[in-house]
Amino acid sequence: MYSGSDQNEDPSVTAKFEGTERYVATDDLMVAVNAAVTLARPLLVKGEPGTGKTQLAEEIAAALGKPLHRWHIKSTTKAQHGLYEYDAVSRLRDSQLGEAKVHDIANYIVKGRMWEAFDSDVQAVLLIDEIDKADIEFPNDLLLELDRMEFFVHETRRLIKARHRPIVVITSNNEKELPDAFLRRCFFHFIRFPDADTMTRIVAVHFPDLKRELLSEALNAFYRVRDVPGLKKKPSTSELLDWLKLLLAEDVPPEALRADDPRKSLPPLYGALLKNEQDVHLFEQVMFLQRRQRS
Amino acid sequence: MLNRFFLTLRDAGIPVTLTEYLGLLAALDARVAVEDVDSFYYLARAALVKDEKHYDRYDRAFAAHFKGVEQAFAGFAKELPADWLRRTLERVLTEEEKAKVEALGGWDKLMETLAERLREQRGRHEGGSKWIGTGGTSPFGHGGFNPEGIRIGGQGGGRRAVKVWEKREFRNLDDTIELGTRNIKIALRKLRRFARDGAAEEFDLEGTIDSTARNAGLLDLRFVPERHNAVKVLLFLDVGGSMESHVRVCEELFSAARSEFKHLEYYYFHNFLYESVWRDGRHRNAVRTPTLEILRTYPPDYRVIFVGDASMSPYEIMQPGGSIEHWNDEAGAVWMQRLTTRYPKHVWLNPEPENRWDYTASIGITRKLLDERMYPLTLEGLDRAIRALRA
Repeated sequence: MYSGSDQNEDPSVTAKFEGTERYVATDDLMVAVNAAVTLARPLLVKGEPGTGKTQLAEEIAAALGKPLHRWHIKSTTKAQHGLYEYDAVSRLRDSQLGEAKVHDIANYIVKGRMWEAFDSDVQAVLLIDEIDKADIEFPNDLLLELDRMEFFVHETRRLIKARHRPIVVITSNNEKELPDAFLRRCFFHFIRFPDADTMTRIVAVHFPDLKRELLSEALNAFYRVRDVPGLKKKPSTSELLDWLKLLLAEDVPPEALRADDPRKSLPPLYGALLKNEQDVHLFEQVMFLQRRQRS
Repeated sequence: MLNRFFLTLRDAGIPVTLTEYLGLLAALDARVAVEDVDSFYYLARAALVKDEKHYDRYDRAFAAHFKGVEQAFAGFAKELPADWLRRTLERVLTEEEKAKVEALGGWDKLMETLAERLREQRGRHEGGSKWIGTGGTSPFGHGGFNPEGIRIGGQGGGRRAVKVWEKREFRNLDDTIELGTRNIKIALRKLRRFARDGAAEEFDLEGTIDSTARNAGLLDLRFVPERHNAVKVLLFLDVGGSMESHVRVCEELFSAARSEFKHLEYYYFHNFLYESVWRDGRHRNAVRTPTLEILRTYPPDYRVIFVGDASMSPYEIMQPGGSIEHWNDEAGAVWMQRLTTRYPKHVWLNPEPENRWDYTASIGITRKLLDERMYPLTLEGLDRAIRALRA
């Protein structure tokens, strides 16, 4: 599916997003991204952790040649932080030191990520990462800002309007339900865990020199781990890529990854895939049972 | 044509709104996806469906809408229009085959079996003689040898192409089906109510600025208590007997609840609540907690969740001495009433499917005792239960 990132010469014509050299986009993802870009509406992306949600915004920015503004959300983040903050503490300090700039309140207005994106000379990509981490009211507080792409700075009585409607990519890990009013304004895409074919392409993008044998054995081992029912944390794409990196660095031969080796039940360097001891234990047991059934 | 599609989606239970529909039309107008039906499928999904749990419903609705004929299955495989099926079958079957059907137990039996199989069967099936699928000898499914079979979804034999929406890969994201620990956690999280109480330990910037300004610029530090989840939950779990088959889902609910609530108290009971409950499965007969003690210990702001199938003999609820394990001086109903009056925020979660509740008398009685606040133990049911607990 990857067909080269076509960086359009003329910035006024919106290029189509088709994945990049480092990012394999599936058909459905491309349609969703292009719809969001064309209509200048926010794109909400959900999916298992490690399927490249955050990466997507970076790749859209890279593919379309636009600057990227990242806004990472924490549990304490307020909508206001993305717009601007009034740095009252500095002003207070300056007033006690008798500085001259204290008289203009505009000196103490600190721009947020959203303001920066609005202020950009060319259309920007704004990533609002892990929106579900914030308070439940957070998305509601951004409705108007995302809809109209403008907000009002009360301290200076100024209306800030986006010079170019930014492409907004919002990611969510589904920890909180998002309000309907917010969802109505977005396009939505759910990144599925890639199937074996897509996974092969993704790996090929990251490790072009990987030997075929090693890759197919590694993928087999990977899906074997993933398919064990009841794992607390299933390994994801990013973990697979880390693991492959380790395999390459250690120069592990493909034969070592086969499951039929009776002496070893765990794949080499499994620590990159299984992240807690219950899962390691569970996997060992399942493999043991399977081997016993076979013999 | 798209208007009708929009309505089909709404009928299928996907919460699409006019704004979203207009968004889709705008995207089509902007030529985002015009080349083929696949990209239209993706575009409409991105524009109209805002939650992956609705993807499966969308797939089914899409298939139904764009296939015309199979629209007759609009009941979405839950309820097949029996009359329609019968008429279709009568048309295609030969006399000999009809005799075979009679041998299977007649029409009604056949319809019953079909409905049952549809419920039991999960996932795709090919070959074989029991399940509904393709190419088998079972009378259900399509492309089989048994008469012509009843075609349920899918194309006739010979054509290979499987449409994206027919793969139904998002089936287990539908919230009425799958329930995992993580899903439960997310559902329970909605019950969170943050509050500040306890000792002051967090620096309050806003408060400090405000009070410093009022203090004419002299610094006045302010602190507030840390925010934490203030919801307290009392969980009663039915164990043993008919609950054996629901152990897994109850365990998941329990482990999710335990990690989600700081104040979670749990007790076990068998079939129904009487004068005592227990906490330790191994010493259930030795170490029991009197229910009266629970009523005294926990204040009424606790939210109470009962988990059980409520399937038993009505005597076990209504009669003194009705319990199957011991002699109870007062009927279960009396104890239930005490609990529900003391804890006005209560729900009962039932792992039995909701459509079977009407067939068990004791479920009906329990529902009455709880003012109909019984919900199925599915994500969607959990959602409703949480809403009832929040109200």
